[in-house]
Amino acid sequence: MIALNINGKVHRLDVPADMPLLWVLRDVIGLTGTKFGCGMALCGACTVHVNGAPTRSCVTPVSTLAGKNITTIEAIGATPQGRAVQRAWLELEVVQCGYCQSGQIMSATALLADHPHPTDADIDAAMAGNICRCGTYLRIRSAIKQAAQSRSTAVKGD
Amino acid sequence: MNLDQRLQETRDADEAATERGRSRRSFLKAGVAVGGGLLLSFHLPALMYPALAAGTPTAQAFAPNAFVRIDRLGGVTLIMHKAEMGQGVYTSLPMLIAEELEVDLGQVKLEHGPPDDKRYADPIVGIQITGGSTSVRGAWEPLRRAGATARTLLVSAAAQTWKVSTADCRAEQGTVIHTPSGRKLPYGALVDKAAVLPVPQSVTLKDPKDFKLIGTPAKRLDAQGKVNGTAQFGIDVRLPGMKFATVAACPVFGGKLAGVDDGKAKAIQGVHKVVRLDHAVAVIADHLWAAKQGLAALDIRWDEGPNARLDSGEIVRQLEAASQQTGVVARHEGDVTKAMDGARQKIEATYQLPFLAHATMEPINCTVQLRRNGCDVWVGTQVQGRAQAAAAQAAGLPLEKVRVHNHLLGGGFGRRLEVDFIVQAVQIAKQFEGPVKVVWSREEDIQHDIYRPYYYDRLAAGLNEQGLPIAWRHRVTGSSIVARFAPVWMKGDLDPDAVEGAAEPPYDFPNIEVTYVRQEPADIVTGWWRGVGPTHNVFVVESFIDELAAAAKQDPVAYRRALLSKSPRARAVLELAAEKAGWGQPLPPRSGRGISLLHAFGETYIAQVAEVSVSREGDVRVKRVVCAVDCGMVVNPDTVRAQMESGINFGISAVLFGEITIKGGRVEQNNFNDYRVLRIDEAPVVEVHLVKSTAAPGGVGEPGTSAIAPAVTNAIFAATGQRIRKLPVKPELLRVG
Repeated sequence: MIALNINGKVHRLDVPADMPLLWVLRDVIGLTGTKFGCGMALCGACTVHVNGAPTRSCVTPVSTLAGKNITTIEAIGATPQGRAVQRAWLELEVVQCGYCQSGQIMSATALLADHPHPTDADIDAAMAGNICRCGTYLRIRSAIKQAAQSRSTAVKGD
Repeated sequence: MNLDQRLQETRDADEAATERGRSRRSFLKAGVAVGGGLLLSFHLPALMYPALAAGTPTAQAFAPNAFVRIDRLGGVTLIMHKAEMGQGVYTSLPMLIAEELEVDLGQVKLEHGPPDDKRYADPIVGIQITGGSTSVRGAWEPLRRAGATARTLLVSAAAQTWKVSTADCRAEQGTVIHTPSGRKLPYGALVDKAAVLPVPQSVTLKDPKDFKLIGTPAKRLDAQGKVNGTAQFGIDVRLPGMKFATVAACPVFGGKLAGVDDGKAKAIQGVHKVVRLDHAVAVIADHLWAAKQGLAALDIRWDEGPNARLDSGEIVRQLEAASQQTGVVARHEGDVTKAMDGARQKIEATYQLPFLAHATMEPINCTVQLRRNGCDVWVGTQVQGRAQAAAAQAAGLPLEKVRVHNHLLGGGFGRRLEVDFIVQAVQIAKQFEGPVKVVWSREEDIQHDIYRPYYYDRLAAGLNEQGLPIAWRHRVTGSSIVARFAPVWMKGDLDPDAVEGAAEPPYDFPNIEVTYVRQEPADIVTGWWRGVGPTHNVFVVESFIDELAAAAKQDPVAYRRALLSKSPRARAVLELAAEKAGWGQPLPPRSGRGISLLHAFGETYIAQVAEVSVSREGDVRVKRVVCAVDCGMVVNPDTVRAQMESGINFGISAVLFGEITIKGGRVEQNNFNDYRVLRIDEAPVVEVHLVKSTAAPGGVGEPGTSAIAPAVTNAIFAATGQRIRKLPVKPELLRVG
């Protein structure tokens, strides 16, 4: 039995210790917003936050997560950065098929938490692990900058 | 088929649909006892629920045709007969209906349409299919008419209620207004009356100058769910009691399962069953982790069959040999042999394009629940009708006993035109009680795709004193997708898709011969990949034209322009792209610009200028792409831009990295580490320039992909002098020192 804190709620689960978080989220708990893409941390579709850090859930065994805070796409809108990113994504019409976008948004949100004003190089470094087959990269870059801008405006306005 | 025939067929199909609408309505009336307000009682947000089964009526709704349903509370549901795979049809198709129905896009709900190869046949292709960049082209008139028909009935219902002339009434934002008195009735209050009125045989469509919605950058209707994790793809289906399965098919093309020892797999916690199929093994478990572990623990023996020694080199040798044959004629005008003999200069080249995997971000999956007398299939498919037929055949059930619940597609690109994985999922479900979700690993996806064919093309041209082509000869050699997918679309032995973009290049060639040789590699099934025929042929034609310009020592843009006197739209996009890209302005060493031109997908014209730099190690970086588009009338300009951006990046992945190779009968690539795709730090700036046009819409989902490869390789030639005649680009060819 393992206890996982996911989106502020504790789940007590009887799953193998080496089971990657991705399958616990999707198949056991039913949080299907986190996506399976490659199973080898090559595409970033499965990105979640563990104590705020972007983490590939497909290669993260649940045994490493006891006592840590896990946040998924379903709850990222509750954070100021997550909300700003989602809003920018909608304003700039980033999504196409949308399958990779949960992971993109999780990576982008973590980037903004660390770098409120990311440079292009920061964006490359933080986002190059997230593949988008629809090629929405140009808009992802613009949306991250717009979210950063809106955050700084919001902070100044506070 | 010419445009007039197509339009005539569209009209016929629409009249037939009207007939069916009438009988459907009487059916709806008979079904009133089910109880009012059924739809709203569920409070399901748009796109969150699987499509209702074919023909399932919502009680007391007004459904004048197969695309529109309005309930008593005014809720407007639009039935999406196409698949949304990112290309934006779940926004552009609603725009077509809403424009004429006079409802706000914010007011509509969308529902995945059921399979129906007759009612939902694409007027261009003839079956229910989302592919070939046909959706808006095909739906342009029928869906506007569907909206106008519904609106006309609602206006008539209001006029009858008020006992006034319909001429004094107008529709606006989901209400009918009596203009002289200002009285209003919402659509919901009119549905009962509208539902019993005769459906008009003809309706008047708006003059494009009166469009309020078409031509505006309306927001995507599927975006919200895609930024908060609630969008439902096929892989996200969850059903009570559902189990999870993953699969290993024989790694060798055409091989079979010889035997399997499943002792260790069955000992893994959560594993329920090991299923043996003719060519594959599946493990069913409580979750995919247990299924994956179970699969890894199997000791499988394969009968590798006759292809155990097959490799890419042998396949290419067979194609090369086949390309020496005469082939079937796709186009022959003038006297090519005579013109070639009289030419001042003769140029020849061969081009090769590799097998390609689709690698959709959403791995291949299908969920099946099989009961004694019925079968439910939850899937994301580009071909709902074929999916239903394939599942029915695999299940041994009549068609009407199979329900297909379509979903958002996490990428299609042609992969989800295929039903192999649906058949396989049904076969697995046949050996298990209860619903099973079958999900392929990424490795299974890369190694058991239905690949874009390997093409081997021979070209020859003869130039006159001015360096212009007076003879053009192009022979395409490759497997035929059409012969497998839809034999009725073959023109004798000619696969029209294999020569699309080759047989009718936009240029004035006085003497032209285009032929096709069909050569099928043993047991390797090939299928469509984004851009279909033109993705292959536009690369070849636009590369070779560039070779001719270089041989004639002329500027690539000026050379093309000189051959476009009969195609003003092609010429206009060519000039626009060149101008916006700063064609001719100096660039640093080992940098270059390349141009390409496309006319395909109906009446779509695109020119692209790619700007590349090539490192001393031979690595190519595409820095900027300028894309000029004339796709006729634009429904949603932001969607057109997005599709160009998308198509260009998708194409660059293939130009720089995409290649499936075979050794020992097996695909050598596994995952995104060795089947590379473009990442954000490698993606170019893309600038899209739209040409205003009043022509009928052309396709936009694919041409961006089809045109980019030659723009990039022509730019590499400009940067390095190295002509790329075989894809993908190999850095070792471009290395210096």
